[in-house]
Amino acid sequence: MKKNERLAQLDHHGLRAGSPQVLGAVRLVPLLRDEVPGDLRIGSRSYGASLGIVRLDGRLDDPGLAYISYVPHGFVVSHTSDGTAATLGATLGPAKPRCVRLHHRMVKREDSDDGGSRFRMLPLHLAMEGYLALHVRGPEILWEGYSRAAASRGLLPRTEYSVRGAYIQGLAEALRVFEIADRQVGVMVFVADALASIFVVSHPDDYRALHRSLIEDFFGEILSTYAYFHADVPLSSSPFSTGAASTLDALAVAVARYRSDLEEDASLLAAGLFTRPVVTERVRDLRPFVLERFVPTFDPAEECHIGERIVRDDGTLEYMKTFRLSQAQIRRGHLLTKLAAADWNLDRAAESLGCSRKELDVRLVNAGFGHLLAAPPVKVAMRGR
Amino acid sequence: MCVAREDVLTFVNACFASTGQREFYSDGAGQRVSLAFLHAYVAGNYRALYARTLALGLNHANQARIVGTLLASGREARAQSRGEENALVTRALHALPTHRAMHLLEGLAEAGVNNRRTRAITRAYLDSPRSKAFRAVKYRRSFRRAALHAHVPLDGETLSFFARGWKERRFTTPIFETFRRAHYAEKDLYALPYSIAEGLAAKHGVERAAFLARIEARMTPTELLRRRAASEADEGKGFALDGTKLSPTKVASYVLSLSIADRKAREVELRALLSSSASAAAGRSLARFENVAIVVDRSYSSSGSREKARRPLAVALASVAFLRACSARVTVHLTGGEACGDEIFLAPRGTTDLATPVLAALATSPDLLLIVSDGYENDPAGVTGKVLEVAARIAPATFVVHLNPVLDAEALAPKSLTPRVPTLGIREAEDLPALVALARFAREGDAATSTLDALERHLDARVRAFLSPPGGAS
Repeated sequence: MKKNERLAQLDHHGLRAGSPQVLGAVRLVPLLRDEVPGDLRIGSRSYGASLGIVRLDGRLDDPGLAYISYVPHGFVVSHTSDGTAATLGATLGPAKPRCVRLHHRMVKREDSDDGGSRFRMLPLHLAMEGYLALHVRGPEILWEGYSRAAASRGLLPRTEYSVRGAYIQGLAEALRVFEIADRQVGVMVFVADALASIFVVSHPDDYRALHRSLIEDFFGEILSTYAYFHADVPLSSSPFSTGAASTLDALAVAVARYRSDLEEDASLLAAGLFTRPVVTERVRDLRPFVLERFVPTFDPAEECHIGERIVRDDGTLEYMKTFRLSQAQIRRGHLLTKLAAADWNLDRAAESLGCSRKELDVRLVNAGFGHLLAAPPVKVAMRGR
Repeated sequence: MCVAREDVLTFVNACFASTGQREFYSDGAGQRVSLAFLHAYVAGNYRALYARTLALGLNHANQARIVGTLLASGREARAQSRGEENALVTRALHALPTHRAMHLLEGLAEAGVNNRRTRAITRAYLDSPRSKAFRAVKYRRSFRRAALHAHVPLDGETLSFFARGWKERRFTTPIFETFRRAHYAEKDLYALPYSIAEGLAAKHGVERAAFLARIEARMTPTELLRRRAASEADEGKGFALDGTKLSPTKVASYVLSLSIADRKAREVELRALLSSSASAAAGRSLARFENVAIVVDRSYSSSGSREKARRPLAVALASVAFLRACSARVTVHLTGGEACGDEIFLAPRGTTDLATPVLAALATSPDLLLIVSDGYENDPAGVTGKVLEVAARIAPATFVVHLNPVLDAEALAPKSLTPRVPTLGIREAEDLPALVALARFAREGDAATSTLDALERHLDARVRAFLSPPGGAS
């Protein structure tokens, strides 16, 4: 674990879930914030429908490590450190459409005209880059069994697939007819009752402006399949019952009870994210805020989410965006962490995974890392002929 | 439950709410398909009842459609109900706003509907001596099309007006003469109806602002309202709007189209406009309520669609104003829990938490509880219906009606909260007394006499009132 990494448990301190709104397979649960200090504001900056190349090290025009993806928009985060109200970032005027847009770093400080602090970040790409960068340099010790490519270029180029929100059937309509609550600062998106994403900002006005940007975000590809195969999801685990209410007050109590039932439902459905430990990496210290990204402790039997968040020093969640990994992505993360934990020794790694060395080779090939091996199982089999 | 009664009530309900335009939750095509089905089904199976629904005050789009459907299928009318059908169709046609009637007649010509009855009714309508020349000028294209198709004999100056138009040397009918002169001299066009003068003003190259200032006297109240709403430049120029001549729903739509800041700046004027229009409408309807509570759904979905911008919210706002004008006591309860009394500052925002305002309204123990909502509640969903079911036991003296400005196209009916509470479509706040009467009738039907007879009796009374001459007891 690197020095700015630590094991943590996610929570949504300072937020509570509202009543879900269900349309077809999509369930949207609003997240409400009762106290809004207003010292952290997030605005969107549109990059048009262009391919983005993000330079991760070195200068913008140097050759070096780069992250390439469709990047439709970035967020501009403005904050103050003394609790006074932050103003939303200024617009830079319409940009000319370009085929490829170069970005310098995932998170980059910007000049602000009012004395506050401001930075630009590429939402979710920050987290995705964190996942792609896992052990991307390949084996540190070239044990017997690795190929020369493993030494020279590690896992590069590392690729993953995701789908746009627009490709998830029903999500666009659900976002359109969704009614934004008055104190809403976030939303939990469920597709077929699988947690797809959580999006939280600090200020209700910012949420209102960014609500529709969800359709441009990327989601785990498994979710588009879920959306096809599940027509409807039930609203709640148990329907509303007035019980034996015989006065108007008793009816009001029954309604309040139902509300808390729904809140429990939501936390049950989101348990996969909030009950499992994650490895957080501090990306930027903003005092009193911290921008972190996290990867899960990979376990192929559980749902895994990557994401990023901004947390206030009292633990209040001020910003969050998460991405649900598909099963193959979880397996890749799992393999890599196990390999790294065994100092890339293939035999020891196989032991810790509870499988034979041959099986590990097959798993590596299936996960797309066959080029690391000097003698991938397929080649060995071919040689036997 | 009698099938005929159920079918006709479903039809009436849909015809109060929908005009085939796009809604927040569904598209226009779905609405049109549903309406077309309902019209064809009811006209085919219950023709006499279909004609009699004209007396119920359905929205104008559907009234025109009923008249058109009946005239196009005259052969299917039974001999014994033909007399009543004729009377209803004629009365309805004359009661429709002129532009709807003219477009209906033109539509009949386009569809090739040409039977003796249609020709006679078209002739009677076009020949009405009071407004023949005016209609010939204002609706020139529709008039000509309908008159030619229905073989209406054009005589005297009307004939030369359509044959030679402004190229005639001289007319003695004043409006024809004005129309002719306006083609040559700018000063004469200000005596023409606004929609006609507009084209001629362009021809003379009159500057828009100068034209609007001079034509104002010739605008209809609705044109004035639309003009005022359409143009920011007219701000403060003082198009005086006369609330008494405008429907409260139109005024409410206008109010809601303004920004909150504008509404605050012109609060006194807007309140006066809304209340004068509501009082006038209440005066016309002669309705009277005692102790009423109204629950207004101001959630985001009340923003309607691009075609019906803010219509559901406007209907709710107009209903509040209407009730204030004709009730002894009104309490207003909003979703999202804002203080009562400033509903002219409403904006379609937030979730639909109907249960809280409904419980608050029930706590005031009203005789009548009206819920104006599109029926999609989500904070939390599926609660208010059950609350109302229990409330019917707790507070049996309160009569609850759910008024829904939106037709759910797939269900062919406005979305209801619970089957126990009558749900009725509403398009104009003025229809409120008629709808409450219909709801009371529907509930009585549930209790004991759920027969077609009861519906027939109710319709009988409404038809008699509709057919009695205007100015009488109607």
